[in-house]
Amino acid sequence: MDLRGNHTDRLSFNPVTIKLMIEVKDIEKSFGDSKVLKGISTTFESGKTNLIIGRSGSGKTVMLKTLLGIHTPDAGTISFDGRIYSDLDKDEKRALRTEIGMVFQGSALFDSMTVEQNVAFPLRMFTNKRSKEIMDRVNETLDRVNLKDANKKFPNEISGGMQKRVAIARAIVNNPKYLFCDEPNSGLDPETSIVIDKLVQEITKEYNITTVINTHDMNSVLQIGEKIVFLKNGLKEWEGNNEEILETRNKSIVEFVYSSDLFKKVREALLADEQEHHAHDNDKKA
Amino acid sequence: MIKILDQIGRYFLMLKEVFNKPTKWVVMRPLIFKEVDDLIIGSMAIVAFISFFIGGVVAIQTALNLTNPLIPKSLIAFATRQSVILEFSPTFISIIMAGRAGSYITSSIGTMRVTEQIDALEVMGVNSLNYLVFPKIIALILYPFVIAISICLGIMGGWLAAVYGGFVGSDEFIRGIQTDFHPFHILYAFIKTFIFGFVLATIPSFHGFYMKGGALEVGKASTTSFVWTCVVIILIDYLLTQLLLS
Ligand SMILES: Nc1ncnc2c1ncn2[C@@H]1O[C@H](COP(=O)(O)OP(=O)(O)OP(=O)(O)O)[C@@H](O)[C@H]1O
Ligand SMILES: [Mg+2]
Repeated sequence: MDLRGNHTDRLSFNPVTIKLMIEVKDIEKSFGDSKVLKGISTTFESGKTNLIIGRSGSGKTVMLKTLLGIHTPDAGTISFDGRIYSDLDKDEKRALRTEIGMVFQGSALFDSMTVEQNVAFPLRMFTNKRSKEIMDRVNETLDRVNLKDANKKFPNEISGGMQKRVAIARAIVNNPKYLFCDEPNSGLDPETSIVIDKLVQEITKEYNITTVINTHDMNSVLQIGEKIVFLKNGLKEWEGNNEEILETRNKSIVEFVYSSDLFKKVREALLADEQEHHAHDNDKKA
Repeated sequence: MIKILDQIGRYFLMLKEVFNKPTKWVVMRPLIFKEVDDLIIGSMAIVAFISFFIGGVVAIQTALNLTNPLIPKSLIAFATRQSVILEFSPTFISIIMAGRAGSYITSSIGTMRVTEQIDALEVMGVNSLNYLVFPKIIALILYPFVIAISICLGIMGGWLAAVYGGFVGSDEFIRGIQTDFHPFHILYAFIKTFIFGFVLATIPSFHGFYMKGGALEVGKASTTSFVWTCVVIILIDYLLTQLLLS
């Protein structure tokens, strides 16, 4: 069950790469005439919740799908712990993908299957577990995403938020090495959002997963933003963590982070506080 | 023209991929049963209904056109049998199936494309073409059985219509059915339907799998897929008739 086991193989294969991570180098992607990604480089480390943030339409989904190989980049390389995706052959790509869990923006549940069949799917497909073991694992996972009593329902019989949680359960059920989530808590109430964020962070740490999350939810950014990549107009405008993001003077970030009136007020208060502090310090010096 | 050649090329590449890296049998088996249920059993009623009445109509048409008293009435049975076995069941029913099973296949696969379910399969490392198309091909291997039933019902419909319409006696009709019977014609019908079954599974799948856009395009894809399936069926019908019967 635990896919972690073969890490050592890859380490002995390439002793220089000690850190497990996804490395993105200069990726570009266009659709027809519109260039959506204009050369983005960054790294996503394992054991961390990495966030991609940006306005609606800034290319977050395209970026994530390019990382996953659903879109082929026009230029640039993506490597998973040293394995360069475009250099792999078809079977190697498939093998790599069995180590990936993905939560799509629209959930993408199989609508001919019940909730528990959806979650059991990766296990039935890629493990040799017996039905009983699979069902135990499925129930355990559904429990973790706070979803009970929906096992036998079909995706169109449950709410959007519940669908999201099923999608998360399906993504994590087979202990992935890489976890990608496209706006995992859009459509969820604030309370469940936090539960989901915490859950994702928890399993990221527990299994040392390389997690990449698309979001424009400021709560998530502040809560779990251990590494944040801010996309604007197809470029990486800024990167840092959730503490740095509050202090940065980058205008686009400030506009993005403090877009709501509430946050603007908070920022004003914080800045006033800081100035007072400064004034105080200066007084002391004088 | 280049676009059509490109499509044909992609179609054959798709077929190659369908038979590449098969899905685990435990996962595949229920899928096959489900497709048999949807595509074969689910089509039975409409196929039975149409075959029965078409058989009847052919018999009546032949009877009405047989005005020369020198031609034996048993010819009604002979003509019904020949047209049902050679064309009506294999080809006509396949066109009906292109509408029923074909558009079902295109819209179900197309919906999976639009709602990213196919991407989800691919991301997990599943060969989505094998997973989605292979069970349909296997299910439609049973398609000749559907046609066998259609042939029986067609001839029965002809018999009922002719006898109860008062065109010919039952004995004479049955004698007519046995006249000049070539078992090879049955084989010809089965060879045709076997190939049509493959066409019915793969062309609609192709149109569903490679569609782009949203829910509206799913509808359009179903229509295009129906037209192409019919065109291919008729062309293959023509070729096979040339090859096997002349
Ligand atoms: N398959 C596609 N074909 C053509 N253009 C596309 C495609 N996918 C995305 N785009 C374009 O790329 C741009 C970025 O889209 P993307 O879906 O990545 O935005 P996003 O940051 O995920 O937005 P949101 O937060 O609303 O989900 C958009 O202008 C969109 O029109
Ligand atoms: Mg998006």
